[in-house]
Amino acid sequence: MSFSPDDVTRLARLARIDLADDEARDVRVKLDAIFGLIDALQAIDTQDVEPMAHAQDVSMPLRDDVVTDENRRDRFQAQAPAVADGLYIVPKVIE
Amino acid sequence: MSEGATTVAGLARALHARELSSVELVRQTLERIAASQALNAFISVDPEGALAQAKAADAAIARGDAAPLTGIPIGHKDVLMTAGMRTTCGSRMLEHFVAPYDAHVVAKLRDSGTVLVGKTNMDEFAMGSSSETSYFGPVRNPWSAECVPGGSSGGSAAAVAAALLPATTGTDTGGSIRQPAALTGVCGLKPTYGICSRYGLVAFASSLDTPGAFARTAEDCGLLLNAMAGHDARDATSLPRPGEDYLRFLAKPASGRPLAGLRIGLPREYFAGGVEEEVTAAIEGALRELRALGATTVDVDLPMVRHAVPVYYVIAPAEASSNLSRFDGVRYGHRAAAYRDLDDMYCRTRAEAFGAEVKRRILVGTYVLSHGYYDAYYLKAQKVRRLIAQDFMRAFERCDVIAGPTAPTCAFAIGAKTDDPVQMYLNDIFTIAANLTGMPAMSIPCGFTSGRLPIGLQLQGNYFDEARILNVAHRYQQVTDWHLRMPS
Repeated sequence: MSFSPDDVTRLARLARIDLADDEARDVRVKLDAIFGLIDALQAIDTQDVEPMAHAQDVSMPLRDDVVTDENRRDRFQAQAPAVADGLYIVPKVIE
Repeated sequence: MSEGATTVAGLARALHARELSSVELVRQTLERIAASQALNAFISVDPEGALAQAKAADAAIARGDAAPLTGIPIGHKDVLMTAGMRTTCGSRMLEHFVAPYDAHVVAKLRDSGTVLVGKTNMDEFAMGSSSETSYFGPVRNPWSAECVPGGSSGGSAAAVAAALLPATTGTDTGGSIRQPAALTGVCGLKPTYGICSRYGLVAFASSLDTPGAFARTAEDCGLLLNAMAGHDARDATSLPRPGEDYLRFLAKPASGRPLAGLRIGLPREYFAGGVEEEVTAAIEGALRELRALGATTVDVDLPMVRHAVPVYYVIAPAEASSNLSRFDGVRYGHRAAAYRDLDDMYCRTRAEAFGAEVKRRILVGTYVLSHGYYDAYYLKAQKVRRLIAQDFMRAFERCDVIAGPTAPTCAFAIGAKTDDPVQMYLNDIFTIAANLTGMPAMSIPCGFTSGRLPIGLQLQGNYFDEARILNVAHRYQQVTDWHLRMPS
């Protein structure tokens, strides 16, 4: 398959990554090559094959619904670009 | 340098016999690291912290209170979180990130007495096969400064190859331990998925990511695995299993034919061309040694394995695009300096702080998961993943281990494949299947090219068969010395 400039713009938008024009051109060429490799899968007969989501066929473990974590807010927020009063600060989203 | 001075087992003996102190050993280690900065194998080194741990290790040994790895210096791949020490994932995104807690395997190795010396360089977010995509610059191969060490755990591999450290950790999502082990002439073990917890491993592709180890010998890899393995409720895919000694078969007294009864499967697909002649010749030589040790070889078929690379390049980017959505400039990591609104902050932050390969993989993953394409790509790849796993299950009915080349070529020149992602991806043609199936595999040194670059033999086993693979590798290393060769 081959990607159009609009396809790349739409993907970059979905992925929340700004691409400069020259970057978008380069990405388009490389996506074409990568999908040239990936598209070979379409020819394989997978009728009645169960998808394999995981390496081990085990069910997810369950535990009692009780708090097990200690409060690590201060340690976690020490890594944040902007915090105030224990809250993560982001640009205003509600007018 | 003698073998004992570069192996975990040899150093542990010397430390426990008080012939060497951990402080002396760590001082020497730090000197070697400082003298080898041109390799760019480390992103962070912590001399004070390491010496303090070494002092504590010496005190523990003096008290008679030592664990098997007490006092052994070690490095962790910079994708494994270390409390209080920077964890960057080789990315500008996490350039200043100091993890608030230890990864499970980091804590386990700390509890086993290892001394953490530094964090090793890697492809950004473990996406790569050459350790060239790091924000901190490419890692160089100790055997040739012009060549890559493989990747993504290239810094961990180079650190062991150059004898800067006796052992390091790595992570393997599509070959990121085994391929650099092959290209730098060391041992690299990827255990069964679920044996080592992924807690604190910064996620790339969660259904494939596997912590593992680099060392000079198979025995050392087993020592590391003994310390790293174990159930951890904080990783929902960690398997509750009884503990085991992965070195239990090594104690068996050596006979002339210690591998008698072992059936080695040779997949026709791994010997079918596309592999450098010198690599094939070295693998054939290793197979002769293994037969001389008593093993028999049998041809096996893995007809679906040729689809492993395309399956991987759907599943891994899909999982990556989801996992890396957490890097949005809000809770940790880089945030763009200027933006119009919240959405623009996300877009600029990610544009500025991710490198080209990471962006490409996020875009591929976004595409294959997007509305209208999910069934055609992601679900299709998961179905072919099962067909590949079934190939291996069938093959292991006829053999005990599968052998072949780890990588189709020896180390290549820095820059040679950076502009051609598909050529770069094909480096992992023999390693990816073990991640898709979740089975254990390791690479061990088995020769050199005429240009004096190392070649790796890959040994793959059935689920939970680490002890058997390690024994095969160990018996081979008892009669060969490829693993002891050192770069000048």
